[in-house]
Amino acid sequence: MRLSQMYQEIILDHYRNPHGAGLREPFDAESFQINPTCGDEVTLRVALKRDSTGEPVVADISYYALGCSISQAATSMLTDLVVGCTVADSMHIVGAFKHMVQGRGAVEPDEDVLGDAVAFAGVAKYPARVKCALLGWMAYQDAVARAVEAPAGPSQNGAGR
Amino acid sequence: MSPLDVAKLRADFPLLSRTVRDNRPLVYLDSGATSQRPRQVLDAERAFLEQHNAAVHRGAHQLAEEATDAYESARARIAAFVGARPNEVVFTKNATEGINLVAYSLGNASIGAVDAYAAARFALGPDDEIVVTEMEHHANLVPWQELCRRTGATLRWFGVTSAGRLDLDDDPISEHTKLVAFSHQSNVLGTVNPVKELVARARAVGALVLLDACQSVPHSPVDLAELGVDFAVFSGHKMLGPSGIGVLYGRAELLAAMPPFLTGGSMIELVRMEGSTYAPPPQRFEAGVPMTSQAVGLAAAVDYLNSIGMATVAEHERELTEAALVRLADVPGVRIVGPTELVSRGGAVSFLVEGVHAHDVGQVLDDRGVAVRVGHHCAWPLHRRFGVAATVRATFAVYNTLHEVDALVDGVRAAQTFFGVG
Ligand SMILES: Cc1ncc(COP(=O)(O)O)c(C=O)c1O
Repeated sequence: MRLSQMYQEIILDHYRNPHGAGLREPFDAESFQINPTCGDEVTLRVALKRDSTGEPVVADISYYALGCSISQAATSMLTDLVVGCTVADSMHIVGAFKHMVQGRGAVEPDEDVLGDAVAFAGVAKYPARVKCALLGWMAYQDAVARAVEAPAGPSQNGAGR
Repeated sequence: MSPLDVAKLRADFPLLSRTVRDNRPLVYLDSGATSQRPRQVLDAERAFLEQHNAAVHRGAHQLAEEATDAYESARARIAAFVGARPNEVVFTKNATEGINLVAYSLGNASIGAVDAYAAARFALGPDDEIVVTEMEHHANLVPWQELCRRTGATLRWFGVTSAGRLDLDDDPISEHTKLVAFSHQSNVLGTVNPVKELVARARAVGALVLLDACQSVPHSPVDLAELGVDFAVFSGHKMLGPSGIGVLYGRAELLAAMPPFLTGGSMIELVRMEGSTYAPPPQRFEAGVPMTSQAVGLAAAVDYLNSIGMATVAEHERELTEAALVRLADVPGVRIVGPTELVSRGGAVSFLVEGVHAHDVGQVLDDRGVAVRVGHHCAWPLHRRFGVAATVRATFAVYNTLHEVDALVDGVRAAQTFFGVG
């Protein structure tokens, strides 16, 4: 019943076969995030490129994650959704994802924006698991902020919070 | 020993009969985090507030007298419960505050904020060391890290063996050691540490001993004077009592010599604009109007535990622990983190389920009404020691049943099935 709402098949699939896992080079910035309540962690890298109009585009996301099925699957799905997007579009997706999972189940997710990630709507009903779903996404947001600040800068570990 | 009528006892705990997550009967296996309270405790608090409430140790009216009597009677009963004298019991907000009180008192001695005698006796400096263990709750680790940072002292620790015991052979205690702080019973492993052995080693070098008794006092008979420790802490909310109250035990002679931590009203002897002197303990360490109904409630919890008998409580929890260890060991893929034999072991059973993250196990259990704790349980270094980020932890109290142990084990199997690893 409730369990299968939360652990939808697509989430379990991503958990068992995470997309884009592993740490790769080159990358523009790296972020390390930790969930202090459970000790789960993710190290996530972003590589950006410019499209023909000069807009920054997400070329690659690579990551090493230790965590529960929700955090692993959410990070995996993030890579599906944002690799190939412009940074601006990806931030729109991140915003919609945060809005959904922090919405206590009251937010109707927009499938056009979130695609398969609407599967995480069930997590919103479990406040204790929201941080799990967001771990990789916060790492992405942080890494992009670093990459945009210092486009060709060396990798830096984000201060885990 | 009188056998325990758990069904009858459970009727005292209104919360235990509620349902959760679509009408599942609650199976509460998280008493190590916080315990539930019997009506007797709730009633005592209400009766105090309805009849006797006033600021204690202030004012001369009848209510103030009654409130002060209730507060001091609570102190005396709680002290007796752990083999202490009333003036050796300081009420704090919780165990964490009790540990910080000692840490800050030693810190204040170190910066010479008090009389020369106390400063010399308790001061810490760059030559000094504090010894803890790798299995400590953050509450008994971070305050010492901070005290070391403030004073230049060095933190050392006992390691933990893969069996979940303190590695006593690799002993960091030396003539530099000023304080040895350790838990009586680990909140993760269930390990009961050899208090007397550690006290003897500390004594041999003249170090003070602080015992974190958060997980022992609620579950077994504890006599602090007999154990010979200098300080001990525990929290009301883990022993069927209210939150917002904890106890710092300190040997009378030490408390009498120590500088205060929090200062202000109620803890003074004489106040002048130029400076103040301080009341004798325990008042010296209870600045401001204290928690009062909570003290009354905690004393009622102690009365309640006494009426069962702590030996009976311990025996009952031992049965539950044994059942959990045996039945979980029967589940392929489950690994207990902590001692698997019942020797020197209490009722915290932490485990890993191969192929299923602790959070996910906890979610399946929760879906079945079984409340456990998942994560590092405020003992992150210990989890790192075992190479894991998170474990599932079941903890027992006197009101738990063998049937609930079965619910736990069934839930673990269900989690394996759900995640396809069973
Ligand atoms: C062993 C141990 N020490 C210290 C604490 C801290 O207790 P409190 O949070 O009530 O101060 C706990 C409980 O969380 C504990 O289990």
